[in-house]
Amino acid sequence: MDITFLLNGESVELRDVDPTTTLLDWLREDRGLTGTKEGCNEGDCGACTVMVSGADGAKALNACILFLPQLHGRAVRTVEGLQGPRREMHPVQQAMVDHHGSQCGFCTPGFVMSMAVAHLNGETAHDDALAGNLCRCTGYAPIVRAAQAAANSPVPDWLKRDLDFPGQHADPSAGQGPHHAPETADELAELYARHPEATLVAGATDVGLWVTKQLRDLPEVIFLNRCRDLQRIEDTEQGLRIGAGVSIETLRSRMGDHPSYREMLRRYGSTQVRNAATIGGNIANGSPIGDNPPVLIALGATLHLRYRETRREMPIEAFFLDYGKQDRHPGEFVEAVTIPHQPDRLKVYKLSKRFDQDISAVCGAFNLTIEDGMVSAARIAFGGMAGIPKRATHVENALIGRRWEEPALEAAWDAWAQDFQPMSDMRASAAYRLTAARNMLTRYLLEDLGGSTSVLEVTP
Amino acid sequence: MSVRKPLPHDAAPLHVTGAARYVDDIPVPANCLHLAFGLSEHAAGTLTDLDVSEARSAPGVVQVWRPRDLPGPCDCSPSNHDEPLLSGKHIQYLGQPVFLVAATSHLAARKAARLGRMTVTPRPALLTIDDALAADSRFEDGPRIWEKGNAAKAIDSAPHVLDGVIEMGGQEHFYLEGQACLVLPQDNGDMVVHGSTQHPTEIQHKVAEALGLPMHSVRVETRRMGGGFGGKESQGNALAVACAVAAHATGRPAKMRYDRDDDMMITGKRHDFRIAYRVGFDDEGRLLGVDFTQYARCGWAQDLSIPVADRAMLHADNAYLLDNVRIESHRLKTNTQSATAYRGFGGPQGMLGIERVLDHVAHAVGRDPLEVRQANYYADAPVDRLDTRGPSAPSRSPEGISGPKKHGVGEAELAEDMASRGAASVVPAGPIPDQGPGQTTPYGQRVEDFLLNEMTEALATSCDYAARRAAVQAWNDANPVLKKGIALTPVKFGISFTLTHLNQAGALVHVYQDGSIALNHGGTEMGQGLFQKVAQVAAQMMGVSMEAVRITATDTSKVPNTSATAASSGSDLNGMAVRAACAQIRRRMAVHLAELFENAPEHVVFDDGLVTVGGHELSFAEAAKLCYEGRVSLSSTGFYKTPEITWDRMKGQGRPFYYFAYGVSCSEVVLDTLTGENRILRTDILHDCGASLNPAIDLGQIEGGFVQGAGWLTTEELVWDAQGRLRTHAPSTYKIPACSDRPDIFNVALFHRRNPEDTIYRSKAVGEPPFMHGISVLMALSDAVATCGTGYPMLDAPATPERLLAAVQRVRDGV
Repeated sequence: MDITFLLNGESVELRDVDPTTTLLDWLREDRGLTGTKEGCNEGDCGACTVMVSGADGAKALNACILFLPQLHGRAVRTVEGLQGPRREMHPVQQAMVDHHGSQCGFCTPGFVMSMAVAHLNGETAHDDALAGNLCRCTGYAPIVRAAQAAANSPVPDWLKRDLDFPGQHADPSAGQGPHHAPETADELAELYARHPEATLVAGATDVGLWVTKQLRDLPEVIFLNRCRDLQRIEDTEQGLRIGAGVSIETLRSRMGDHPSYREMLRRYGSTQVRNAATIGGNIANGSPIGDNPPVLIALGATLHLRYRETRREMPIEAFFLDYGKQDRHPGEFVEAVTIPHQPDRLKVYKLSKRFDQDISAVCGAFNLTIEDGMVSAARIAFGGMAGIPKRATHVENALIGRRWEEPALEAAWDAWAQDFQPMSDMRASAAYRLTAARNMLTRYLLEDLGGSTSVLEVTP
Repeated sequence: MSVRKPLPHDAAPLHVTGAARYVDDIPVPANCLHLAFGLSEHAAGTLTDLDVSEARSAPGVVQVWRPRDLPGPCDCSPSNHDEPLLSGKHIQYLGQPVFLVAATSHLAARKAARLGRMTVTPRPALLTIDDALAADSRFEDGPRIWEKGNAAKAIDSAPHVLDGVIEMGGQEHFYLEGQACLVLPQDNGDMVVHGSTQHPTEIQHKVAEALGLPMHSVRVETRRMGGGFGGKESQGNALAVACAVAAHATGRPAKMRYDRDDDMMITGKRHDFRIAYRVGFDDEGRLLGVDFTQYARCGWAQDLSIPVADRAMLHADNAYLLDNVRIESHRLKTNTQSATAYRGFGGPQGMLGIERVLDHVAHAVGRDPLEVRQANYYADAPVDRLDTRGPSAPSRSPEGISGPKKHGVGEAELAEDMASRGAASVVPAGPIPDQGPGQTTPYGQRVEDFLLNEMTEALATSCDYAARRAAVQAWNDANPVLKKGIALTPVKFGISFTLTHLNQAGALVHVYQDGSIALNHGGTEMGQGLFQKVAQVAAQMMGVSMEAVRITATDTSKVPNTSATAASSGSDLNGMAVRAACAQIRRRMAVHLAELFENAPEHVVFDDGLVTVGGHELSFAEAAKLCYEGRVSLSSTGFYKTPEITWDRMKGQGRPFYYFAYGVSCSEVVLDTLTGENRILRTDILHDCGASLNPAIDLGQIEGGFVQGAGWLTTEELVWDAQGRLRTHAPSTYKIPACSDRPDIFNVALFHRRNPEDTIYRSKAVGEPPFMHGISVLMALSDAVATCGTGYPMLDAPATPERLLAAVQRVRDGV
């Protein structure tokens, strides 16, 4: 594939790039820019964080799981390009020095880039902006002090120029090889129908690891990131229709109607991961521990699939057939998901060893309708409790028609084991998963009663 | 004054601009080879066939080594010669290197390393402490046992007796920069090694041994590491030896860096421990007798497990005067990664044992754990022993402060790595001198510098402990689901290598004719700010600005026979060695300038970038130029050895530590009793750094150490499956603290008190001690759990949400 992008203010044109070359490897090995570090090579430590700008603004992304073709037409800035034309430091760099924000220094370029992006975007929720950057030396306190100190400094001029990078001189579909970067959903539909064996790559937060960890060769890749029409969120009569290419970060910004969902998404991956990962990817890969599917099931969402011009819809829970198996035909792809309008009764409980950037041991989504003190409708779904994201139908049935009070919890007690026989793994034991799931329903009731149940809301 | 200033890390401007160079950033010649290990898929068994033909023919592969292709065993052990570079017939753990690939790229090497075909006849693997005990699989002949007084008798006659067990998990270092090494072959068969290592001399030794070279043929250079924490004390040996073997065989440079998953699968971690205890106590919770049995899971090779387990025994008392105590220590051999050095080196585990005892006893007698802790403290040092004056320059010249030589080091066996903490102990020639009267540790060392009574009072006041304890109680009475807990715990940590002869350091200082100064010493920089602290010492000694001093990479050809930068010793040892070197040069300069200006050497003053002799004032550069022209040697080595220490590890008697470093921390947590989720709401720390060389760097060590310690005891869980496969081998599954995990309120203060011992500018070591402030978090969680019922939580570590929820259930059940 042939691609063009801006690197630290200079135009770069690459011919015949291997589509699964990561930006990190290219920077370090081909370009000799070693400021960007490899810490984990799977998007979990943030040492490789770079700033990528385009029409939708500047974002922090993990270079280790970012394939070169995803950069076509965008502007990349690495730590080497953060200083000004006279080598003057960016305010966050100076603040990191002044506040002793670096010790061993290896994570520092990644932190500095996350901080610079947050600074550019006026983001002051530092814990969220930095959740995807691990530091083993400082305990983070001096880094946050640095971020706070730099917050009021103006954004340096030289960074603003990235935002109006005009040119796309190359055509990524030009070069040789069976790799594609369609510009619209229609093009994608036609391409994928003709190449159903191809690997679809949206944000590469999952497929990236196939390459960097499983060392898989991907003979045929279709990059989705240029299909702008898949990245739309539309308010329709049926509800909020979210294109498959919508990033998790964009989704989060639109979930004001369901604050508990939005709060869960704040803890989903990290800023870098949310900027890359898409809702379509999180659904289509069928992972039993993806956090969006249980929520979408609880919200009664409808999934939209497309093969060429043939479209079909289904309740999203019907998509997940079995572990690793989804109701998707060759050449068919997830086009969108629609969340029906409804009064907000949703609570999402994401349970993991660490609050931020951790895969859930259990993710429970509860959506109970209470009328005159009775449970009139219930949609409860879980991730991490079965081989697929799964609805708790027995529990729902045990609750419906009961007074929404403590005895209802007891009435549902045995139903939990009918719905779920979870497994034990490094994240949690089966027994804990089941107990925690049951207790989440208790939490939901206590919240309805006005009780204080979240440690995240307790202040010292 | 250069010392005492809160200067930033010397490389901070390089860190933030991405210009700081780590091993993998060093430009390599085009023909450089990239290496990767093929790893065992079995935890234990016999390798009957190893077919690497597919790997050999893979794209980019240049050469593949099976064990028989190596020039020899290529041992990588820092102690017992039990770590061949590649596993031979006997597979010892899942993840053990079995063959070595050299290819033209890192990726090609990684791909080929997965193409080995191993035929293994598996045998049952010993994975757990119980497995090893059942099989009597251990290092050393049997348990080490030390006793002071008569523990059994004291416990039996005590009014109350309790027993219990605490399990504590290990810990992955998770240095952000993985293990990495680059070897450049030289003419005459020499090797230059760039290693990310805390122990260049050991790398030099192991590479020389593997290739049959004298140590002078191998030069090891380390500019910086991207974190070490003990994980680069011995774990870099394998990479260096592998690169050297490849470079030797091919004549090409060779580089190896572990992918993160490989790093976690191959390398050792903190030892997990089980500590069983039996304790007798009175109504006030005063300990009358304690009996500990410590079980350390050491993994497949000895590595540094013996001194780690020793240090766990040495910290079984923590801050408490124990008249009757028995400590029994088992060092168990299992088919898992070989556990290794990790910040605290066994100390945290031993300390957690007694902190659990205090917590358990306090619960039993129904008193505030802080009161019970204080009732058991050692007595503070008398005020006249503690010099409470403000920091000032030392009174004696550094050359004069080393103690008399107590015993000699015998001729080392050819292959014995005397510079390793894993070396066999050098037993003192004579009897251990009587430590004299006064309060003593379980191993007979007098505790003469104790500060914790005063420090505890100070922190309890500044953090408002009593009122917050009451507020926690009120919260818990009002909240059925979310429970709060609070705990204030002490740290007393012994400073010195327990292998006495390692407590030495060298330095090399050059003054150039333009007045600039180049500084070198045996310590390595892993982020802890050692280079800056030592440069501050040099600037102070020469009376120049920091800009005049250039810190250069650690290099075995500049300073030989270095000890590992470990045991928190870096500044203490190397600062003193640099001071000695500077003093030497300064004296020579003073003599010459005094002669030149017809004055007395003692009237030559070096300060503020100037040298004044009587009424004459010269810039330091002018002075250097005059001395050069006067043919004065402007280069000097410096040497230091810690005085007064002596130790017999077999008997468990002596003074292994020159002094102790102290600290107290108070943490408050909130716990969700429905899920076990929890957070640290507030932590206050008061920590003793003596008269700090650099308060900003010390503060950073304390903040960072605490968070790392809290991570060890909460979210960081290592999980092995029944086959012995580590399931948590990447940051996706192994969770070190993230940004939001630090306490909401985090107050850290230094306790300003000069070290009564004559350390470098009366400062104290700070690398490891703050790590153990994390214990206050575990104890606060235990406190929160305890409010749920009548039982004692018996909370194991790491206290994951799952373990916490189980503990809540136990307490509710009144178990």
